[in-house]
Amino acid sequence: MTTTMRSPGLWTLAWRRLCRDRVGIVSLWVVAFYFGVVLMALGGWLAPDWTREVGVNYAPPTWWMGAQESEDAPAAPTTAQANVVADLYGLQDPLASEFAVMQAAYPNEVGLPPEPPRMQTLPLGGDKWGHDVLTKLIKGSQTSLLVGFVAALVATALGTLFGAVAGYFGRWVDDAFNWLYGVFTAIPYLLLVFAIAAVLQQRGVVTIILILGLTGWTGVFRLVRAEYLKHKSREYVLAAGAIGASNMRRMFVHILPNVSHVILVQLSLNVVGFIKSEVILSFLGFGVPVDVVSWGSMLNEAQNELILGKWWQLAAAGLAMAVLVTAFSMLTDALRDALDPKLKQ
Amino acid sequence: MIAYLMRRIWQMIPTLLGVVLLVFFLFNWVGGDPAYVLAGKMASPEDIANIRHQLGIDRPLWEQLWIFIRQIVSGDFGDSWSTHEPVSQIFRTRLGPSMTLLIPLMILETAVAVLIALLVSAFRGSLLDRSLMVASTMVMSISLLVYIIVGQYVFASVLGWFPVKGWSQQLSQNLTTYAVLPVLLGLLVSVAPSLRLYRTFILDEVGQDYVRTARAKGVSEMRILWVHVLRNAGIPIVTNLLMGLPALLTGAFLLERFFAIPGIGREIILAVERSDFPIIKAATVYVAMATLVANLLGDMLYRVLDPRVNLD
Repeated sequence: MTTTMRSPGLWTLAWRRLCRDRVGIVSLWVVAFYFGVVLMALGGWLAPDWTREVGVNYAPPTWWMGAQESEDAPAAPTTAQANVVADLYGLQDPLASEFAVMQAAYPNEVGLPPEPPRMQTLPLGGDKWGHDVLTKLIKGSQTSLLVGFVAALVATALGTLFGAVAGYFGRWVDDAFNWLYGVFTAIPYLLLVFAIAAVLQQRGVVTIILILGLTGWTGVFRLVRAEYLKHKSREYVLAAGAIGASNMRRMFVHILPNVSHVILVQLSLNVVGFIKSEVILSFLGFGVPVDVVSWGSMLNEAQNELILGKWWQLAAAGLAMAVLVTAFSMLTDALRDALDPKLKQ
Repeated sequence: MIAYLMRRIWQMIPTLLGVVLLVFFLFNWVGGDPAYVLAGKMASPEDIANIRHQLGIDRPLWEQLWIFIRQIVSGDFGDSWSTHEPVSQIFRTRLGPSMTLLIPLMILETAVAVLIALLVSAFRGSLLDRSLMVASTMVMSISLLVYIIVGQYVFASVLGWFPVKGWSQQLSQNLTTYAVLPVLLGLLVSVAPSLRLYRTFILDEVGQDYVRTARAKGVSEMRILWVHVLRNAGIPIVTNLLMGLPALLTGAFLLERFFAIPGIGREIILAVERSDFPIIKAATVYVAMATLVANLLGDMLYRVLDPRVNLD
């Protein structure tokens, strides 16, 4: 009795090779952790509201306070009554002494409802307004990662489509797309992004995804086009044509799976590149709007905080970004090795 | 050679036309009516009509395109919308500071990257090689923003080794005082990617037959690396440098912004902040032209340096 052994496919083999790559697996876990956090933040289980001012202004990180005395932290009012006596600039409210009387006369109508007491320290510190940096960090990761990922999907899809059409049909179609490629690559990438950001006056997450996605397709295009040029005259494609497969079917059912490893690596590269671009754009104020927090806007705030010696927001945003980008870059390398073992000597 | 050059220049025309069309389409169609940007928040309809007439955007689209092309050819993009300084003058005066920053940065970057790449390829696969490659990945993954913020704070604000920001009229003072920290910080970020690229160029050569021949003849390893390999690996390095030149021009905008260096990159950021369209339009078109020319020169140089390359 014989059973035919099914030979493992490309993806199974690649997965096995990836599993053997220790660096690749560790980076995969790190990236998965980030995406897990982002998904939970999206679902509202984590960091539901970063705008709540939970700590005192510039609340230092809890673990750091042990070493440092709280002398430079402003004397924090703990109750609502104490809160209004002196404001941020140390000015006395002239009506402060009357508050008790007024409160008694109009028990439910005077002023704002008493705030919950503010924390002296926060796990990763607080910013200028007392927002929790940890919450901001999670929200910022959500923005930056989502922008990077969705923009990379858009750019890769565009590049794949253009590259497939240009490489497969050749002739004047190829010339037209090559012309478009030449035009887009003649302008340095960030300059093009800036120009579009200047023209589109409204800022928003969707805008920035569109900007990055519509300008970033060139790298994918070049590689996918080259692959299609190579594959279109291969025997399996000719055979598919001989049994009557349409052009569309040959392009996207027969050839596409055979070039998908190139596309996956490019997607991964694009995610890293777009996260970096988003951070720069948001830092300069051309990216996400002010009511959205991202790593770039955190770095922007941190720039002024650092001069006052409040380093925690900078450290948090910088480190979160560095770890993700390192892990993602190494994952990309591991993916490339796993999917295309011929590359590695 | 001449025929090739002519053909390449001829082929540049459609691309250039495409860039012009793209920029035109972006600023005259996607962006909506710039008169509203220019007129400010409290504009009467007459103001708007007046500005539209001045800018020529009340005319048909093809006529506007013709105006734009005339502007590009004559180099006269009119005045900046926010400072009313002529755009051509802005670019002329900002080029110097940019170059003061970028030329030392490029020379140092190339020297350091080539040196380390040679060193690393001599010990290929060793612990030094691998740890340097991992280190360069890590250096690359921290944003330039973080380096600049921390570097400016630590070395300028706290330690006081360098001025925090500023620029002077004298070239020598700029080179010795104001440009030092920006160049060093730029170096930190730009060396890593070049190092990785140059390493692959050099490793491509190390496996060649002529290296084995040289070894068989008894040439020392040092001489093989510095004379035989470097001469061959130098070809892609040099052309790569030349082609990267225009991108460098805009690439240093973060450095210029943080250190208040009045260069082209900072001017572009200011223009984006102020919706100063003439400056952005001019910068995009001219940098694109420079990129095309640099690519052409790079290909020509490749041909000159490597007689095996046949361009025809």
